[in-house]
Amino acid sequence: MCSYIVEKARLVGSAKGPNGWMRVDTANVYFDHPFHAPLDHALGIDFICEADGGRERVAVELSRESALALIETIKAALASGDVAHTKAVEARPTLVGTQTEMASLF
Amino acid sequence: MSYQGMLADTVKFRGDNGDTGEAYYAWPTGAGKFPGVVLIHHMPGWDEWICEATRKLAHHGFATIAPHLYFREGPGSPDDIGARVRAAGGVTDEQVVGDARGAAAYLRAQPHANGKVGVIGYCSGGRHAFLIACKAPAEFDALVDCWGGNVIVDDPKALNAKRPVAPIDLADGIKCPILGIFGNDDENPNKDQVNRTEAVLKKLGKNYTFHRYDGAGHAFFNASRVAYRAEQAADGWSKVFAFFHKHLG
Repeated sequence: MCSYIVEKARLVGSAKGPNGWMRVDTANVYFDHPFHAPLDHALGIDFICEADGGRERVAVELSRESALALIETIKAALASGDVAHTKAVEARPTLVGTQTEMASLF
Repeated sequence: MSYQGMLADTVKFRGDNGDTGEAYYAWPTGAGKFPGVVLIHHMPGWDEWICEATRKLAHHGFATIAPHLYFREGPGSPDDIGARVRAAGGVTDEQVVGDARGAAAYLRAQPHANGKVGVIGYCSGGRHAFLIACKAPAEFDALVDCWGGNVIVDDPKALNAKRPVAPIDLADGIKCPILGIFGNDDENPNKDQVNRTEAVLKKLGKNYTFHRYDGAGHAFFNASRVAYRAEQAADGWSKVFAFFHKHLG
């Protein structure tokens, strides 16, 4: 069906569009007829920057199944990243040395 | 009768409020006068399939114009413009009716026009076409609604400042013959909504014909979608051509 339903997510980040990198502050998310994907309905996400006028976008159109799989993949990536970064933080004193050791370098 | 020879181009037309915008226009070449059709695009916008459908109608003898209902958001590619319009909640019904009036005037001003003009729309454009026939009965001589959703509004939240009235509540304004094309597996409009639409038209004494197709859902004319149903689409198109030839000359 053609709907006008759009869910908005506020974001902090950047995206690379046709004119290079741009900051993004909003994702417009909808499940409707795609423009390009050969599907009846697709999960569309338009990454835009409303603060800059929202004229440019980085767009994706995904099948329902792959969109759901992507959600899980994002969660998995964040979880494994969190673990890796936590380990890095815990290891930092060893890597950078004590304040005395650091001071002796200068 | 089909017309292999045709011309197609983007043209400028004057839409609602006198605003000048783009439209895709395809017309059969050759001697004689041709009936006109205003083709209303679906929510995704002025895409490749809409242009294909415009040329298909020209191939069958109709000078057909598809106004870009989102032209005020341009310039830009139709898909990007469509995304901006979606994010803004769509365009107003009033503006769409004004744009359709302008497109009909464009058709009637052409030297090859026979003076008759029909309107056809798909999906949200089907709803728009229905609404246009309600609100501009003097300008349109035939209406084809292809699976227009939300002609009947069951969820009051679907009504807002841009779409303030369910088109079915304006149906008494329709003065022209109506053709409806629907898939029985469609969810919007579903079978019950199609039946209720028909009941209203019957009660109002309108001249209507509905065709319902088994094994077809929404947008089954669109060959670029998995919803495409070749057999049902071929029959549906033949019904459209016959209807327009009968009522537009």
